[in-house]
Amino acid sequence: MTVTAPDEAPVAEVPKAGATRLVDRVFKMRELAILAVFLVMIAVTQAGNSAFLSEQGVKDLLLNATILVLVATGQALVVITRNVDLSVGSTLGISAFAAGTYLQGGGNPVVAVALAVLVGIGFGLLNGLLVSLGQVPALVVTLGTLYIIRGVDSVWVGSRQITAADLPGGFVDFGSGGLSAVPYLALIALAVLVATAYYLRHFGGGRELYALGSNPEAARLAGIPVRKRILAAYTFCGALAGLAGAMYLARFGNVDSGTGSGYELTVVSAVVVGGVVFTGGSGSVYGAALGALLLTSINSVLPALGVSSVWVLAVNGILLVLAIAVDRIVALRVATALKKRNARHA
Amino acid sequence: MTHPSDTGPAPVLALKGISKSFGAVRALRDVSLELFPGEVHALAGENGAGKSTLIKTLAGVHRPDAGQVLLDGEPVVFHGPGDARDAGIAVIYQEPTLFPDLSIAENIFMGRRPRRALRRIDHKATHDATAALMRRLGVELDPDRPARGLSIADQQIVEIAKALSFDARVLIMDEPTAALTNSEVARLFGVVRALRDQGAAVLFISHRLEEIFEICRRVTTLRDGAWIASEPLDGMTEDDLVRRMVGRDLAELYPKQDVTPGEVALSVRRLTREGVFTDVSFDVRRGEIVGLAGLVGAGRTEVARAVFGVDRWDAGEVEVDGRKLTNGAPSTAMAAGLALVPEDRRAQGLVMDMSIERNIGLTGLGTTVKAGLMDRGAERSRSLDWAVKLRVKYARIADTVNTLSGGNQQKVVLAKWLATGPKVLIVDEPTRGIDVGTKAEVHRLLSQLAADGVAVLMISSDLPEILGMADRVLVMHEGRLTAEIPRTDATEETVMAAATGRVA
Repeated sequence: MTVTAPDEAPVAEVPKAGATRLVDRVFKMRELAILAVFLVMIAVTQAGNSAFLSEQGVKDLLLNATILVLVATGQALVVITRNVDLSVGSTLGISAFAAGTYLQGGGNPVVAVALAVLVGIGFGLLNGLLVSLGQVPALVVTLGTLYIIRGVDSVWVGSRQITAADLPGGFVDFGSGGLSAVPYLALIALAVLVATAYYLRHFGGGRELYALGSNPEAARLAGIPVRKRILAAYTFCGALAGLAGAMYLARFGNVDSGTGSGYELTVVSAVVVGGVVFTGGSGSVYGAALGALLLTSINSVLPALGVSSVWVLAVNGILLVLAIAVDRIVALRVATALKKRNARHA
Repeated sequence: MTHPSDTGPAPVLALKGISKSFGAVRALRDVSLELFPGEVHALAGENGAGKSTLIKTLAGVHRPDAGQVLLDGEPVVFHGPGDARDAGIAVIYQEPTLFPDLSIAENIFMGRRPRRALRRIDHKATHDATAALMRRLGVELDPDRPARGLSIADQQIVEIAKALSFDARVLIMDEPTAALTNSEVARLFGVVRALRDQGAAVLFISHRLEEIFEICRRVTTLRDGAWIASEPLDGMTEDDLVRRMVGRDLAELYPKQDVTPGEVALSVRRLTREGVFTDVSFDVRRGEIVGLAGLVGAGRTEVARAVFGVDRWDAGEVEVDGRKLTNGAPSTAMAAGLALVPEDRRAQGLVMDMSIERNIGLTGLGTTVKAGLMDRGAERSRSLDWAVKLRVKYARIADTVNTLSGGNQQKVVLAKWLATGPKVLIVDEPTRGIDVGTKAEVHRLLSQLAADGVAVLMISSDLPEILGMADRVLVMHEGRLTAEIPRTDATEETVMAAATGRVA
C-alpha cells in the first residue's frame, strides 16, 4: 500500500507543532487509507463489469456488510480495552435461533428482536464478568464461552431448523427491503455505528475505554472503574451480536445449530483490518466498520471480476497481514519522528 | 512522634500506626506520618524501606492491614485511587503513568473532564484548560499531542499539570527528579514552592539528599518498613540522615577491598548504536569494579546489552581478553567469558516458574551433557554448589524461583552467571529493590569476585552504591560517556553533575 500525503491547502491557523500534525495525519489517514482501498476496488470492479454497481448490486453490497459491521462495532469496543470476544459467532447463532423459535410460535417481531438482544446481553455479561473478575486472559475465557454457547445451542436446537416459511412475512420482507438501494438493516447498523462513535468520542465512559486499553495500570491509578468499563464493553458487544442474530434471521430466514460458526474470526479480521490496534487504546469503530465493508465486498468483487470465489479467503488473509504490517511500519515511523523532534526541541 | 514546638495548623493528612503486609513480606510496620499545609515534608529511606507502599497507601491504591488514615483529623477509608483524588491528594509516581494513545489534555483531565450538556465532554474547554496549565508551568506542549514519545521530563510535567488541574491539597512526589536535568529540577522546584506557598502539603521523595535539604522542612525516615524518626531538617547533616536511613556505618554496607588492577579484560572502543548511544569507549581491568552511573534513560543498560550481544551495535568494537566479539551474538560473548546480570531479574534474568536448580543450570546446558542428553545429576550438583556458595535461602533446590524473596532471586541470577566462571561480569542494577542485608551480601560478593581477578562493570542508579563500591566511575548522559572519575574524586556532586550534563 503506497501512502501519499494528500495535498491539503495550508490552513491559515497558527501552525501546530510538526510532530502533532504528523501524528494527527497518520491516524486520520488510517481510516482514509481503508476507504481509499475500498473505493479503488469498487471502481476497478465497476470498470471491469458495468453491472456491478446496479441498484441491486449496491443493495447486496450493503446487505452483506451490515451484519458484520454491527458485530465488528461491538468487537472494536472490546478490542480497544485490550481484550477480545471470540464468542460473538456463537452468541449470534443462539440469539438468532431464540428469536426464530419465538416468531415461529406467532410472536411479535419487535419482541423477537428485543429477545435476541437480551440473549446477547446475557452472554456479554457472562464474558465480561469472567474476564473482569477472573483476571484471566480474554482470549482463553471467550474461547471457552465460544464452545459453551455453541454447545448449549446444539443441545437445544438439535437437528431442528428454522426456515423463512416459518417466519412472519413482514419480518422477512423487512430483512430484504429498503429505501431504494439502501436496506433498512443497513440503516439500523449505521445508526448504531454513529451512536457508538459519538459515545466513544464525547463521553467520559467512552474515553475511559481507550485509556484503560492504552495503559491498564495507569487507568487503575487514575481511578477509572476498570472492571465496570470492561463489563460494559462486553455487554455492549454481546448486545450487538444478539441484534446481529435477529438481523441474520430477517435477512436469511434460515437458522440452525451451526449458524454463525467461525464468524468470530471474520469479525476480528474486520476489526484489525480497520485499524483497531490489537494491543488496545487505539482505533475507531468507523475503521472497524470500513474493515467489515472491505472484507465483505471482496466476496462480491472477485466473482464480478470473474475470479473464482475460492480466492476470497486468501485475499482476506493477505489484507489482514498487510494491515498489520502497515500499522507496524507506521508506528515505527511515528516513533522515530517523535523522537527526532523531541531531540531537536530539547 | 511528636511536634512539641509545632503550634501551627493541624495536619491535612496523617497516617497513624499503619501496617501492611504482602504475603509473608511486612512492607510497613506501625508507621506514622503527618503532613502539614504549606510545608514540604521529605520521606527518606533506602530502596525497599517501604516508601512506595506508604505512598500507595496514601493514594488509596493499598488498604492498610492496621492503622488509620486521617484527613483533616477525621479517619477516612480510601476504596480506590479515585477516592484519594477526590479528597485532594495528587500523586506523581516514579514511573509516569500516562496513557500513550491519548492526548496530553485527555491525560490531564481523565476521569474529571469539563462537561457540556448531557454529560458530554467539552473538548474545547479541556484543550483550553490544558493550554492554560502549560502556560502556568512555562512549557510549550501541544495539548492535542498524544503522550506517546514524550521525554521523561515532559511526562513529569504532564503529571504535575494533572495535580495542578484539581488544586491538590496534598501533593505526593515519588522521586520526581530522578530523570530530570538541572534546569528541569529548578523549574519543578519553582512549581513545588508555589504550591506550598498556596497552602498545599507536599510529600517529597528523592535519593538526592541535597534536594531534600534544599526544599524540605521536615523529614520522616523509614528503614525496613519501620518508622525511624520524624524531625525537622534544621540542624541535621546529610550524614545524620544517611545514618538514620541505613542504620549502620556505610563501610559495612559497602565492603570494598582494595585491589591493584591487572591487565585489561574488557575493552570497548567507539561503540555506537544509532539514536541510543554514541562513541562509547572504556576499559575494565581484571580486579577492578567500574561503576557506570547516569540517569534513567542515559543509555547505560543499552550499552551493556550491546556489549553482551543482545542488541546489535552500528559501529565500534568490543574485546574480551584481546579477542574481538561478534556483533549481536551473546553465545560468542559467553564463550569469551562475559556474563551479564540484567536489570530486570524477573523478566530477563530468571524463568520464574522454573526451579532454582534449573535456573542456575540454564547457563550450563552446553557442559552438563552426557551422550547428548542432559546430565541431571551434574546439573543438580553444579546448581547446589553455587546456591550454597551464594547463601541463597531456600527450602528445596527444586522449588520454583518465584517462591523466593527479591534478594534471593537476585542471588540465583548471580549464581547462574557465576557458574559460567566469567572473566568479565556486567551487573545491571544488582541491588535494586532488595533488602539492606542482602544488599551488603551482594556487595561483599562483588568485591570478592574482583579480588579474585574478575573484571566487574556495575551499572547502578543507586549513587551511594556507586560511590561505595567502584574503583572508577564512568558517567553517561544522553547516550554519551561524559566523565570518568577515579574513586578518590567521586562524590555525589561530581557524578550528578556529569549525569545531568553539567560540566564536570
